[in-house]
Amino acid sequence: MSDQEFSIDTVEHASSTPDVELPWDELGLKADEYERIIAILGRRPTAAELAMYSVMWSEHCSYKSSKVHLRQFGEKVTEEMKTDLMVGIGENAGVTDLGDGWAVTFKIESHNHPSYVEPYQGAATGVGGIVRDIISMGARPVAVMDALRFGEIDHPDTRRVLPGVVAGVGGYGNSLGLPNIGGEVEFDACYQANPLVNALAVGVMRHEDLRLANASGVGNKVVLFGARTGGDGIGGASVLASESFDDAKPSKRPSVQVGDPFSEKVLIECCLELFGGELVEGIQDLGAAGISCATSELASNGEGGMHVELTDVLLRDSTLTPGEILMSESQERMMAVVTPENVEAFERTLAKWGVEYSWLGEVTDTGRLVIDWSGETIVDVDPRTVAHDGPVYERPYERPAWQDAVQADSFAATEAGKNLPRTASELGTAVAELVTSPNLADPSWITDQYDRFVGGNTALSQPDDSGVVRVDESTGLGVGLSVDSTPRHAYLDPYTGAQLALAQAYRNVATSGAIPKAVSDCLNFGSPEDPPIMWQFAEAVRGLADGCRELGIPVTGGNVSLYNQTGGNAIHPTPVVGVLGAFDDVGRRTPSGFERWADGQAIYLLGETAAELDGSEYARLHGHLGGLPPQVDLQREKTLGAVLINASRDGMIDAAHDLSEGGLAAALVEMSLRFGVGSRVNLDALCERDGLDPATALFSESAGRALVALPRSEEVRFKDMITARGLPALRLGVVDAESGELEVAGDFEDGSFILGLDELREIWSAVIPAHAEG
Amino acid sequence: MAQASETPLIGETDSASDGPALDGARIGVVTFPGTLDDRDAARAVRIAGGTAVPLWHADDALGDVDAVIVPGGFSYGDYLRAGAISRFAPLMRRIAESAAPSAGAGLPVLGICNGFQILTEAHLLPGSMIKNDHLKFRCGDQVLRVENTSTAWTAQFTDDELITVPLKNQDGQYVADAATLEQLEAEGRVAFRYVGTNPNGSRDDIAGVANAAGNVVGLMPHPEHAVEAGFGPDDATGMRAGTDGLPVFTSVISSLAGSTAGPDPAGGAA
Amino acid sequence: MPRIVVEVMPKPEILDPQGKAIASALPHLGFRGFSAVRQGKRFELSVDGEITDAVLAQAREAAAEMLSNPVIEDVVDVRVEDDPAEAGAGNEG
Repeated sequence: MSDQEFSIDTVEHASSTPDVELPWDELGLKADEYERIIAILGRRPTAAELAMYSVMWSEHCSYKSSKVHLRQFGEKVTEEMKTDLMVGIGENAGVTDLGDGWAVTFKIESHNHPSYVEPYQGAATGVGGIVRDIISMGARPVAVMDALRFGEIDHPDTRRVLPGVVAGVGGYGNSLGLPNIGGEVEFDACYQANPLVNALAVGVMRHEDLRLANASGVGNKVVLFGARTGGDGIGGASVLASESFDDAKPSKRPSVQVGDPFSEKVLIECCLELFGGELVEGIQDLGAAGISCATSELASNGEGGMHVELTDVLLRDSTLTPGEILMSESQERMMAVVTPENVEAFERTLAKWGVEYSWLGEVTDTGRLVIDWSGETIVDVDPRTVAHDGPVYERPYERPAWQDAVQADSFAATEAGKNLPRTASELGTAVAELVTSPNLADPSWITDQYDRFVGGNTALSQPDDSGVVRVDESTGLGVGLSVDSTPRHAYLDPYTGAQLALAQAYRNVATSGAIPKAVSDCLNFGSPEDPPIMWQFAEAVRGLADGCRELGIPVTGGNVSLYNQTGGNAIHPTPVVGVLGAFDDVGRRTPSGFERWADGQAIYLLGETAAELDGSEYARLHGHLGGLPPQVDLQREKTLGAVLINASRDGMIDAAHDLSEGGLAAALVEMSLRFGVGSRVNLDALCERDGLDPATALFSESAGRALVALPRSEEVRFKDMITARGLPALRLGVVDAESGELEVAGDFEDGSFILGLDELREIWSAVIPAHAEG
Repeated sequence: MAQASETPLIGETDSASDGPALDGARIGVVTFPGTLDDRDAARAVRIAGGTAVPLWHADDALGDVDAVIVPGGFSYGDYLRAGAISRFAPLMRRIAESAAPSAGAGLPVLGICNGFQILTEAHLLPGSMIKNDHLKFRCGDQVLRVENTSTAWTAQFTDDELITVPLKNQDGQYVADAATLEQLEAEGRVAFRYVGTNPNGSRDDIAGVANAAGNVVGLMPHPEHAVEAGFGPDDATGMRAGTDGLPVFTSVISSLAGSTAGPDPAGGAA
Repeated sequence: MPRIVVEVMPKPEILDPQGKAIASALPHLGFRGFSAVRQGKRFELSVDGEITDAVLAQAREAAAEMLSNPVIEDVVDVRVEDDPAEAGAGNEG
C-alpha cells in the first residue's frame, strides 16, 4: 500500500534524537503538557505518539477543563439513585434497567462547530456519531432527537445554516431507519456563528447483550471494520503531514467529515448480528480522535496491553502518514476485540453485510499500547496515560462583574413591563404575537423533514411533550424522552437555569405519563479560559448535580462543548438536559392536545403562577433579557410529576401539556392547535388566587405547572388525588370541540378575547418556512 | 444453504416474532442493505393474519412464499438512483420471473416507497420517481383515494375509498411519459391517488399504480405504518389511531386464500 | 491513466427540480445571465490497463442499463478522458 516515501519517526529514532523539535504547539498542546508527555515517556514522543496525545488530551476528548466539576455528577449520586443504573458515566453511554430484562441506553452529544462550517455534513455526522455510541453498548438504536439553536431567524446566515442542519439531521437519521421523536429549536442572536447542534440517540437491549469498551483476553484479536480511513477531520492537524520533517508531502486535508448513512445502517445491522452471535468481546466506536481513542481506551479499560500494526489499516487515501491515520475522524468505523475461535464466524458475518475489515493486532499483557509501522515500533505508551491521565485543570472562575447589573434589570421596570396589555383586545393581540414569534411558532417545517413513523413503535413525537417509543411489542413496555434547555434563564442565573432545564425535561416526561429515570446532558458554553464563562459552567453543573440528587435521577452520561464563542461574544450558557422515563405500557401515554371527542372536558391548571416574566418569551418579544429567572421547587416538580403519572396510569386525564416557554398562553394555544380543537377558559380564579394581572397570568413562565384535560366523570377522583398530594389546582375552563376557537375571559374591560384556530394556525405555521425558504 | 429461512428478520427482536400465524399465507419481506421498513412490513403481515417470511436480497431462490413485499428504505443509500442498484439483486430477478404474466397467476408483489422505486427500475411497473418538487424529505399523514379495487393488494377496499396513511420520502415525484400516463388512466391502473394537496408534484396526483394483471402494485405512501392503533397516523377517532393501511395486507391474504380454495369465479372483482 | 467518463442528464421533457431550484437561486446572487439550469450526473469509470473498444462498449452498456434510467434520463456522452491528476502532482486531496 505504501509507495510513499517518508522517513518514519520510530521510538528508536525518537530515543536517539532527543533534540528534534516537534510541532506540539501547533497541535494545540501547552508547553507544560508537552513536558509532561516527555516525563511520562522518559524521552521525546514520536510524531505518532504526539499525534495521539495531542488529540486525546484535547479539551474535546479529555474534558480537562470540565472534569473537576463533572465529578459532582458521580459524587452526588445516592445509592437509591443507582437502583436502576446498570452503567454510569464513563462508558460510551449510560445504561438504565427498564424491567422485564430490558435495558435502555441514551446519550446526547454536540456537533456544533462542524455544523457551522458545513451544516449538512456537520449535523449528519453528529447524528452518526451518537448512534455509534449507542451501538457500541450492544444496543439497537431505536430513536433520535435533536436540540438545535441558530442565530436570529432573519439573519442571512441562518438561511444557510438552518436548512442545511435540518436536512443533515434528517438525511442521516432517516436513512438509518430511526424515528426522530422530538427535540427543540431556538433562535437567538447569541448563536449567530455559533449554532448548536445537539443530537440524542436512544437504544434498547436485553440485559445479557450489554457490551463494554474493553480489550480483555490476552491473545484476542483486534479488528477495525466499517468504512476505510481517509483524511477526514484532520485538517487542523495538517502540521503532522510533514511528519518526515520535510515539506515534500501534500498537506491538503479536509477538516470536514462526510457521512455515509448507508454504511452506518449496514454497520448497525452487522454489529447487532455480531452481538447476537456473541462474536465480540469488546467494542468501541470511532469518533473524535479515531484510532488513537479506540486503541487507547480499549487497551486501558481491559487488561492493559495491545499490539497493532498500523499499515494493516485499510485506507481511502494512501498518502496518509501514521500520525494522520491515528487522528483521522473518518466516520462509520468500529473497532472490536474477537477471540481467535470466533474469527471465522466474525468474518462470515461481515462478508454477509459487505462490510470491510482488517485485523490489526491483538490484546497483550504488557500493559503497553504498542503500534508498529511495517514492523517498526512508532508508539509505545501506557494506554492509561493517553486515555485517562490527561491534564486536569482547575480553571479559575469568578462571578461576572455584570451579573449583578443584569439581575437588577427586571422586565417589570421596563416600558413594556410597566405597560402590560390590559384589555381583551390588547391581550388577544399580544397572545397572537407571542405564539407566532419564531421561538414559539410551529416547528413542523423542521420536524416534517424527519421520519417519525419508521419502526412502527412511535407512540408520541413532536409536537407532544415527550417522544415515546415502544420497546416490547408484547407488553407495551417503552420509554419517553424529552430534551430541554432554557439558556435565557441560565444567563440570568446559571445554577437556577440548569435546574429549570432539568425540571422542564422531567416535567415533560411526566406529562406524557412516563416515570423519569435518568439524565443525559450536553453542556454548551463559551471559552473555559474566560473566568466568568467558567463560573457559568461551574454553576450550571452544580445546579444540575444538586437538582438530579433532589429529583432522585442520576446523570448517566453526556458531553461538554466549550469554546462556543466568536471573539468575545459567547453563547448564553446552554445546558441541554435530556430526561429518560419509563412506561409499563406506552398505550397509556398522554397527548399534549385536546382531541375532538374530548368535547366538554374540564381543563385544570396544576401548580402556582408567580409574577415571573424575567427571561421569558414575552420579555424576549420586547427585546429584554434581565432580572431573575423563575424559582425552582423540585419537590413541587416531583409532586406534579407523580400526579401526572398516576393520572395517566389510572386513565383520569386525556390531555396534558407542560407550561414553559410562553407560559399559559402558549400552552393553551398549543393544546388547541394540536388537533384543531378549541377551548374556553376564564382567568379570574387564577388571577385572584395568585394575585396576578391577566397578562402576567398568561405570560409568566413559573415552573412546576401543567395543564390537563379530563372527563367530568373523573373530576372528583382527580381532585381527591391532588388534594391528598397537596398540589394546588384550578379549574380554568372546558374543551370546546365545536367552536374552532380559543376563548379567554377574565377581568378585562372589554369582555373576552377570541382567537380563531384556523387563522392562528395559518400565521403560526408560516413563520419558519417564510424565513427558511422565503 | 437455505439462508432465507435461517436469516433472522433484520432487526427482529425475540419478543416480537410470535404473531397469530395463519398457515397458507406466507408473505416474503425482502431486505436489502439499507432497507428500513422491513420490520414494519412484517408486522403488518402478522397483524393482517399472515406469516411474514424474511427474504435476503442475495438469495437466489424465493422459497416457499405466496406473495412478496419489497419494503421501503434507502437501499444502497439510493446513491445512484432510488432503487437502481437493488433491482440487480439475485432475488429481484426471481421475483420478476414469478410476477411476470407468463408465470400463470403471477406472484402478488407489493412495492412500498423504495420498494415501488425498485419495481419501476426493474420494469415491473411503469414510470419512475424523481426528487420531490419541493426538494425536501417530507413526512406526514396523507389522504389517498383507492381507485382500483381489483388488484391483489386492494380488493378489500371499496371503490374510491378515502384512506389516510403516512407519506415519507425525498424522491417521491411520480413521472411517466404522456403515453404511459394515458394508458394507465385508460386501463384503470392508477391504484392510489393523492387527495388534497399533491405532496410532491407527482403526475396526475398518482400515488400508486398496478401492472396490467393487477398482481404487482407499487405506491409511495406507507400502508404498513397504518395497521396498529396507537402507532399510525391521526384519524377521526384519535391520535395515531389510524389503521387504514391494513386492508392492503388483508386483501392479499384473502385473495391468496381464494386462489388456493379454487378458481376465483369473480375474476378479482371486489 | 485514461478513464471513461459517462454523462447522464434528465430527459428534456422531465422536470428537473434541482436544476429549477438552482436557476431560481442564481439571480439572488447576482448571476442574471442564465435562463435555465439542468443538473445531471457525471460518472468516472477507472480502468486497469488499456481502454479497448470492448471496454468502451461495456461502459456504454452499463450506462444504458444501470447508470441511467431511460424513463427519466438520457446518456448524453460516453467518452475517454485523461486523468488530470496523473499529469499533476498526484494529489487526490
